[in-house]
Amino acid sequence: MTDLFTTYTGNILQMLLIALGYLTFFAVAGLLLVWLERRIAAFFQLRLGPNRVGPFGLMQTIADALKLVSKELTGTERADKFLYNLAPYFVIITALLALAVLPFSGQIQAFDINIGLFFLTAVSSVGVIGILLGGWSSNNKYALIGAMRSGVQTVSYELSVGLSLLTMVLLTGSLQLSQIIEVQKDGWLIVQGHIPAIIAFMIFMIAGTAETNRAPFDLVEAESELGAGFHTEYSGMKFAYFFLAEFINMFIISAIAVVVFFGGWLSPFGITDSIPWLGVFWFLGKTFLVIFLMMWFRWTFPRLRVDQLLTLEWKYLLPINLFNIVLMAVIIWLNLEIKF
Amino acid sequence: MITTKIEDRFKTEEYFINMGPQHPATHGVLRLILTIDGEIIKNVEPDLGYIHRSIEKMCERDSYQQIVHLTDRMDYLSAHINNEAVCLVVENALELEVPERVKVIRTILAELTRISSHALWWGVMGMDVGALTTFMYAFRDRELINDIFEETCGARLTMNYNIPGGLMFDIHPNFVKRVKDFIAEFKTKLPEYDTLLTNNVIFQKRTKGVGFLSREDAISFGTSGPVARGSGYSCDVRKHHPYSAYTKMDFKEVLRTAGDTLARYEVRIQEMWESVAMIESLIDNIPEGDYKVATKAVIKLPKGEFYQKVETARGELGVFVISKGDKSPYRLKFRSPGFSNLSALNKMIVGGKIGDLVAVSSTLDLVVPDIDR
Repeated sequence: MTDLFTTYTGNILQMLLIALGYLTFFAVAGLLLVWLERRIAAFFQLRLGPNRVGPFGLMQTIADALKLVSKELTGTERADKFLYNLAPYFVIITALLALAVLPFSGQIQAFDINIGLFFLTAVSSVGVIGILLGGWSSNNKYALIGAMRSGVQTVSYELSVGLSLLTMVLLTGSLQLSQIIEVQKDGWLIVQGHIPAIIAFMIFMIAGTAETNRAPFDLVEAESELGAGFHTEYSGMKFAYFFLAEFINMFIISAIAVVVFFGGWLSPFGITDSIPWLGVFWFLGKTFLVIFLMMWFRWTFPRLRVDQLLTLEWKYLLPINLFNIVLMAVIIWLNLEIKF
Repeated sequence: MITTKIEDRFKTEEYFINMGPQHPATHGVLRLILTIDGEIIKNVEPDLGYIHRSIEKMCERDSYQQIVHLTDRMDYLSAHINNEAVCLVVENALELEVPERVKVIRTILAELTRISSHALWWGVMGMDVGALTTFMYAFRDRELINDIFEETCGARLTMNYNIPGGLMFDIHPNFVKRVKDFIAEFKTKLPEYDTLLTNNVIFQKRTKGVGFLSREDAISFGTSGPVARGSGYSCDVRKHHPYSAYTKMDFKEVLRTAGDTLARYEVRIQEMWESVAMIESLIDNIPEGDYKVATKAVIKLPKGEFYQKVETARGELGVFVISKGDKSPYRLKFRSPGFSNLSALNKMIVGGKIGDLVAVSSTLDLVVPDIDR
């Protein structure tokens, strides 16, 4: 009897605690990223950004979140109520699911499945269903145009995300994230795979930015064209879900880039290998640098037009990507990887 | 009956969409009724009248001194130049010769206004194509001009510094130094505009060949200003019908023949350089003398019809006055550049995408209070 109690209940309790930990991380990271984006935007735009509420304005996003919670949830007449209410959950749950397989350090990883990389790409592409539903169900033409664009964009750029990661999988021989990092003890993959790895990284960053619907690929919510795009009709907490998910998706794309190209939680040249818990620091630090890069894109580049977006993917990125895979295969065949 | 023909089952329809009157891309209360097939624009119909304030009717009630400030509220980004237009028509009708000093100061301020208007347009243009940072860069430089205006006449936007017969008061002792400082500063900032936006690959792709307007169409739609000059139509009022200090000044009229969005963009960027050169040539040569000639307290124009046109930042602004010899005009008509430029929008955009519409309407540099008076 006690046996069952300890194993069964204990397991559930453990699962709940872990889930709670991840939810907390989700919320804190989301709010922190919003703050970061505003500060970085201000840095690029000769402004100060939020600096009044709390130290360095850190409490500003919390105040904003509280405001959003207290707002009335409005909706359009003749909207498809069921789908309209369902859409934000699609977006936020897929973002949360992807978080589960990310290795924050050697020890901190909720579950290390053997198809980790595949799981990440699969889950992050389910989020588009939420955007499509949101745009379709809110009975607004602007939202519908945004949703249409989102469908076209995400389906196209998923290919490039997947193929650029596949290029690196040739090098690691595994889809399991812990193994991918293990391989990099001989040097980060971007060094090991030199030229094709650098090409793959650039393609991944372009396609990853497009996947998360951020500028210069923010056609989905292009505010000068469509108002707010697919979430025009959402308010209060439902809007906040979309908003938060966008930032968490950016974190996830950056984290994948760090795991696959920059050695995950490994320290540079193994300087802190004796202290394993510092892995979290290295992982988050590297992720922050990639996030900074994505924010830099956003506050510098103009937006592409929808046909140019598709031209870029189907005429340039995809052929380069396919060629790159062959190049990588040749390099592995000739044993040209750089290892320390 | 279930039809089996695939065209019937997957029939597509054009749909209408309202862009505005509350929309981030229309910069004011302009309503564009779009007919769209997917993303492709089939027709654009501007719907005006949302901020009509009967300015022309109010002019029939007011004295000529009062009319000057109504013009501030039309194209508020070239307020000074609008003021000048009314002052010039009154001075011409009275056959009043204003001192050289007034002419030079008016011209310097007009060119500063042009720079500030074009800088704001550049920021907004960047924002419309999705580069949000340009807006802040533009405002950084525009603030310096507004500071000069504030010191000169107390207002930053609706200046109302011109009066029939001259200026409301003399320039501030700091004026020359501040303008020189600004010009030196702005010459280092203007190349940043090219680095940030003009030379960007995405921006070039978004604008090159988009929104084509041929020279013939530019003339027949009555466009003027940078819109017409981007299509190769030489129409600069400062060159062809010079007024104030432009009569004796040597400057180039900026022309591009491509007729697309990028050409109109380049015209405005180049005009900023030209304005800088004009101010540089004038600022050291402000003649001494009076800042106004005395007029009667109640100005009555002689009987007749009078017309004066000036080149604002957006194009040709005409003021047409019919006077019956009273203290206010019998009828006053403004020919505003924005209205005619907007009329060419449909010609330029049909067949383009929604993203193109935003870029094209941005290079028209629309100020809605100028279109609806």
